[in-house]
Amino acid sequence: MSPPERLERRSVISGIGQSDVGRRLGRGELDLTVDACLAAVADAGLRREDIDGLATFPGAGVGTGGFAGPSTPEVQDALRLRLNWHDGGLEGPGQLRAVFAACLAVAAGLARHVLVYRTVTESSAQGEGGRQGIGAVGGGGGGRGVPRFAGVMQWTLPYGAVSAANWLAWIAQRRMYEYGLTREQLAWIALNARSNAMLNPKALYRQPMSLDDYLGARMISTPLCLYDCDAPCDGSTAVVVSHVDYAPDTPSPACHVNAIGTALRGRPSWDQFDDMTTFSARDAAASMWERTELRPGDVDVAELYDGFSILTMVWLEELGLCGKGDSGPFVEGGKRIALDGPMPLNTSGGQLSAGRLHGFGMLHEACVQLRGQGGARQVPKTPEVAAVAAGGGPIAGCMLLTRGLS
Amino acid sequence: MTHPPQGATARGPAVRVLPRLDDTNRFFWTSGADGRLRFLRCGGCRRYVHPPAPRCPYCLEAALAPAPVSGRGVVHSFTVNHQQWIPGSDPYVIGLVTIDEQDDVRLTTNLVDCAPDEVRIGMVVDVTFEQAEDVWLPLFRPASGP
Repeated sequence: MSPPERLERRSVISGIGQSDVGRRLGRGELDLTVDACLAAVADAGLRREDIDGLATFPGAGVGTGGFAGPSTPEVQDALRLRLNWHDGGLEGPGQLRAVFAACLAVAAGLARHVLVYRTVTESSAQGEGGRQGIGAVGGGGGGRGVPRFAGVMQWTLPYGAVSAANWLAWIAQRRMYEYGLTREQLAWIALNARSNAMLNPKALYRQPMSLDDYLGARMISTPLCLYDCDAPCDGSTAVVVSHVDYAPDTPSPACHVNAIGTALRGRPSWDQFDDMTTFSARDAAASMWERTELRPGDVDVAELYDGFSILTMVWLEELGLCGKGDSGPFVEGGKRIALDGPMPLNTSGGQLSAGRLHGFGMLHEACVQLRGQGGARQVPKTPEVAAVAAGGGPIAGCMLLTRGLS
Repeated sequence: MTHPPQGATARGPAVRVLPRLDDTNRFFWTSGADGRLRFLRCGGCRRYVHPPAPRCPYCLEAALAPAPVSGRGVVHSFTVNHQQWIPGSDPYVIGLVTIDEQDDVRLTTNLVDCAPDEVRIGMVVDVTFEQAEDVWLPLFRPASGP
């Protein structure tokens, strides 16, 4: 019996687009989204009349302060799209869930060309103020008058564990305990991102960063400092997911979807998940490799989510791009993960330095690299296989993209 | 006593956001009124269940009832929070504690009565309660005895 068909292989990324990206652009989320969508449609060699599917993460009304972006109905109406399939939602294997859903919709014949976007205006929303935690409240005396919480947040908010920074700090601390990870090693995720951002004209932060700069930065939640946390920005990223039949007609080389990783096999919880050093990156990566003949050694470039630096370390290990527990020594010094190293990593500057485009920036950059369009930051030997991962904790997904069929 | 290098040791954030009590969580958040920590326990397989659930998620038995535990645990991980998410907060320690009775029951908590730079993963801790309005928050401090 032949192995079951991997339906995601009936899909390609035929076009990519991105709006302006920056701090406090002062433009509306729909405005930015339309820019990104029109750019992606044109890049795919399509007209908007060809678009018959629309998807986003997380959909409107989720989170606070510029997190969610516009809803699919808003974008559909702004572009007067006639849709055969549409989807927007939060729950699923991380930010890439919208892309995975689009791949499967195309494979199932529900749509032929699906526009998938992710928009953030967190920088404008925060204004001059600092970054907010979930359920963060104003200062002063006692707790009277402060809203109470039910549901899953009741277990963490009373203790001031109000930000993902706190939960991710637990991962880093546990990795220091189990694997001897040091801050001097963790630093190289941020330093590598900054080196690459200096070659990316759209990156938020392009001035050099030294190890001393990193070690001297203020603490957010030990052992994570300011430079371990990504930089809120305004920007929209869009891709067109098309049926593989369209691949020969794309103006730029189509990026073929080889495998997606979607599993969540441990408890879906920040404090109860069985293995604190991996969380569900372990499961997403395992399920991805179960769906492909490619092996970790085939990966030529890796765009691995860095909402917090420690997550990139987790993904490196769980995807098998370095040994279990070895990500610290692997990244230390930066040579292995540099553009001209054996495992180029977060080549646009990642979310740490290029801006928090929330997973879709990683996907966009993987396509740029596979198409050989990276300019000054292009990986020297144009990559054939890219690994993309987004999310962390109990919310994670990953995928393999290839230039041409593999 | 030497002053901890990372600043003052707060017992928690300047403002505690409290849980909203209902019929499923009231037993847990008021358990400290008599100084004991309690979790739901399965009448079938005898495992502890947290957070509360309508059936035992291990054996699906429906007979669950609050039962006291020793209050002893081990620090699974921790962080010292410095960011002013909640303005006016001095640095405080957010711990993740595994209870002695069962290694898949953990509590997010504050670690208190211990300098932040003396907290260690693997440290044995005991529960202590802080009352806020009608809620008794379980906190943990270094274990005092065997």
